[in-house]
Amino acid sequence: MTTVDMPTPAHRSGLEGVPAVGDGVTQTKKDFTSGSEVRWCPGCGDYAILAAIQGFMPELGIRRENVVCISGIGCAARFPYYLDTYGMHSIHGRAPAIATGLAASRPDLHVLVATGDGDALSIGGNHLVHALRRNVNLTILLFNNRIYGLTKGQYSPTSEVGKVTKSTPAGSVDAPFNPVSLALGAEATFVARTLDSDRKHLTSVLRAAVEHRGASLVEIYQNCPIFNDDAYQVLKDREAGEARLIRMEHGEPLVFGPESDRRAVVPSSRGAGVEVVAAADAADRAVVHDVHTEDPTLAFALSRLDDPQMAHVPIGVFRDVDRPAYDDLVRDQVTAAREAAGGPATDGDLADLLAGNDTWSIA
Amino acid sequence: MTTKSVQRLDRVVIRFAGDSGDGMQLTGDRFTAETAALGNDLATFPSFPAEIRAPAGTLAGVSSFQLHFADHDVLTPGDQPDVLVAMNPAALRANVGDLPRGGVVIVDSDSFSKRNLAKVGYTTSPLEDDSLSSFQVHDLPLTSMTAKALEEFGLSRKDAERSKNMFALGLLSWLYDRPTEGTERFVRAKFASKPDILEANLAAFRAGWAFGETTEAFAVRYEVAPAEHEPGTYRNVTGNVALAYGLVAAAHRSGLGLLLGSYPITPASDILHTLSGLKRFGITTIQAEDEIAGVGAALGAAFGGSIGVTTTSGPGLALKSETISLAVSLELPLVVIDVQRGGPSTGLPTKTEQADLLQAMFGRNGESPVPVIAPSSPVDCFATAMEAVRIATTYRTPVLLLSDGYLANGSEPWRLPSVDDLPAMDVDFATVPNATSDDGTPAFRPYLRDPDTLARPWAVPGTPGLEHRIGGLEKADVTGEISYDPDNHETMVRLRASRIDGIEVPPLEVEDPDGGAQVLVLGWGSTYGPIAAAVRTARAAGLSVARAHLRHLNPLPQNTGDVLRRYERVLVPEMNSGQLALLLRARYLIDITGYNRVRGMPLGAAEIDEAIRKLAQEDSTVEGQR
Repeated sequence: MTTVDMPTPAHRSGLEGVPAVGDGVTQTKKDFTSGSEVRWCPGCGDYAILAAIQGFMPELGIRRENVVCISGIGCAARFPYYLDTYGMHSIHGRAPAIATGLAASRPDLHVLVATGDGDALSIGGNHLVHALRRNVNLTILLFNNRIYGLTKGQYSPTSEVGKVTKSTPAGSVDAPFNPVSLALGAEATFVARTLDSDRKHLTSVLRAAVEHRGASLVEIYQNCPIFNDDAYQVLKDREAGEARLIRMEHGEPLVFGPESDRRAVVPSSRGAGVEVVAAADAADRAVVHDVHTEDPTLAFALSRLDDPQMAHVPIGVFRDVDRPAYDDLVRDQVTAAREAAGGPATDGDLADLLAGNDTWSIA
Repeated sequence: MTTKSVQRLDRVVIRFAGDSGDGMQLTGDRFTAETAALGNDLATFPSFPAEIRAPAGTLAGVSSFQLHFADHDVLTPGDQPDVLVAMNPAALRANVGDLPRGGVVIVDSDSFSKRNLAKVGYTTSPLEDDSLSSFQVHDLPLTSMTAKALEEFGLSRKDAERSKNMFALGLLSWLYDRPTEGTERFVRAKFASKPDILEANLAAFRAGWAFGETTEAFAVRYEVAPAEHEPGTYRNVTGNVALAYGLVAAAHRSGLGLLLGSYPITPASDILHTLSGLKRFGITTIQAEDEIAGVGAALGAAFGGSIGVTTTSGPGLALKSETISLAVSLELPLVVIDVQRGGPSTGLPTKTEQADLLQAMFGRNGESPVPVIAPSSPVDCFATAMEAVRIATTYRTPVLLLSDGYLANGSEPWRLPSVDDLPAMDVDFATVPNATSDDGTPAFRPYLRDPDTLARPWAVPGTPGLEHRIGGLEKADVTGEISYDPDNHETMVRLRASRIDGIEVPPLEVEDPDGGAQVLVLGWGSTYGPIAAAVRTARAAGLSVARAHLRHLNPLPQNTGDVLRRYERVLVPEMNSGQLALLLRARYLIDITGYNRVRGMPLGAAEIDEAIRKLAQEDSTVEGQR
């Protein structure tokens, strides 16, 4: 088998090719709000996420008719109905596959995928990892509430071991996925985590995700008030959260916690990963965060700091590196084939194709 | 040089058979190309194992290629070979049973070693006992003659022996007086980067020809005159390539991009291979992570305004069901191609069958009708692919196209159509709002239908003012909003059905030469050739038989019921257990006689002819027509 060298395009924005609104036109949150009545349960974390996105989209300055939101099945999957853009509420787990076909055929669209922990990591796990591996130019919002909501309360692939649910009365024996670790293992070029309740953080992470060209996976910790209430309460509580959340910023040392209990992320003394020590003991060993490093080892090590007890939870961007987007490469090959042949195919070219090179004539 | 007498034949069926590694498909392809160049009509039937390289010399590893060529029009690759070329004992053992008495057997005697004989259960060599006495046997040391012819090239014995198929091709080309320029050209192109192998193959090919000319073994040489063809330019084409070209032609005529999402599966993969090399025609191919993603990508592209296509075989169609059902709900164009193979489950991957008809019709949850069409010959795959795109884009619906393994790999001459004569493919997208909202502002209603076709507007992302959301939840008529209203659901179920039932399809044409037949033979798909050949034979024997063939399985042509009722008896031959028969009985309350075989093989003309005669005998009114 042979391989050929593929081009390595320069850094491009995730929105390159998507038409901007005309001069002097300003879009508002209202432009992105559809008339559909929102039907999530009272107190659902999805409301905050929707409000943040409806408020954030106008800032991008792109035409809303060039925005498409594709979802699968689940509570999160109702998302497209509430955005006044183009949208498709598809079938369980398949949104990344459908979005891949759309993105590959339309360079002028900004394609969002709205999914949940069951949709993306259980029934649709295969499509998610392949969309990440290919690096399709998609912004994937993974609403992780660690439970199946729409089917009324079964455990999900991110539920903690021992979780008692309708389908696990004796406690779940399934080991959960860490979505960030999974995405990094799937060769994702952009991986981030944020919280439904932290509008400012959510918006800043989304901005980076949209700007990234290729697949961006944003895990959003989201509360399900009905079936898994307060799953993230220890992070949302001001004091408890401050002690646990590691707010990662590119180029900054990973130091966190209240002044009384300042902590630092340092290279592990026991292995290849990282660990958390008292800042006073860290001296100058605190790891400086670097989202652009090619080697995903640091990002992976940081993702492993999180555990179901949520003693230390990194949020922000784990990884943001340049790699050609699949859909760009696919289109480039079509363009190159056309250019090599002297332009788009004519009727004569089609006739030549049909004839092949082994014809005979009968008079 | 001896002088050979020349005998004219009107038709010949040759089967080349050997080990999977012996190059029998290549040999058959080349002989076919020579035969096409000479102007015979022809049909081919390649048959090979699912294993890429089964253990050498075993029955499991036998690969064959059958070619029927004639000075008149050919409808099938032939039931029985007149000539069997067997490169080893396994090939002989696996195929000799198909040969009629008096048939010609050409074997490579070098391969009839004790070990090779034992591998396939021969206790004595069939070349030495009298088990082949009813055939004309030519046992020729093809391997050693090839090796001798290539001595001067200094190749390893293994490399030299590898050219024995070219020696056999040369010999057969001489025997049937085939033109050789095409094969020489082909060898030069194929081995351009390996001059040693190139020269060795040419030398082996020429040595085979020269051997035929000089040997005493063949006293007679045969000629099959060119067939009468309609004037035009011809090429030989397989069903899979014709199908791929039909898709390209549809995309070209419509001016739309085409995106194929596909996962490799036998016997459909060649469509993916062919399309992946045609990027300059605006074709995008995605080799997806699985069957579901393949159809998902196609549907995503369709949402974006491209022609979305997915290709598969039966097991893959099962996996795609849920997405096809989504496309039924979304009312978006989608072309789904199922190149059928033997089932259930993995079944017979390299063998043909027509047993996915009911899966295509009904293999989805809920009431999800889709149009189903089937090509009747390798060449017809071209027009049928264009028809699939026409229906999909006109009526905004997934379309199922049922090809099969026999059509996919079989080939026949194709009179090239003029591009100007190809059907037009005009597709219009919605560009402006189609309604007014209560407050008087323009609004877009994604499920407001065209009154003629009942198709909804195809409004693609990027169109300002037409932003809308669609999905698999039931939608309200006209507005497309989510609706759980009972009456609305029933309305939508009926609308979706009416839209498919109302697809315009041409009437079923009946061939009933004397107009007095009592028996109708009705087929669909790849049984066209053997049915037509069988009906021809029955008519030659004095029977009055009518024949018709369905391309559109759903909706059926409007006159189908009338046609069926016109005949006393209806015979439906199928490579399944009676799936079309079931549909026709249910739909028209007419009794159908099935002729059903599921051997992974195309139906033979002779067996259908026998079924026709049996039916005619049962029906004295038909006897009376003689």
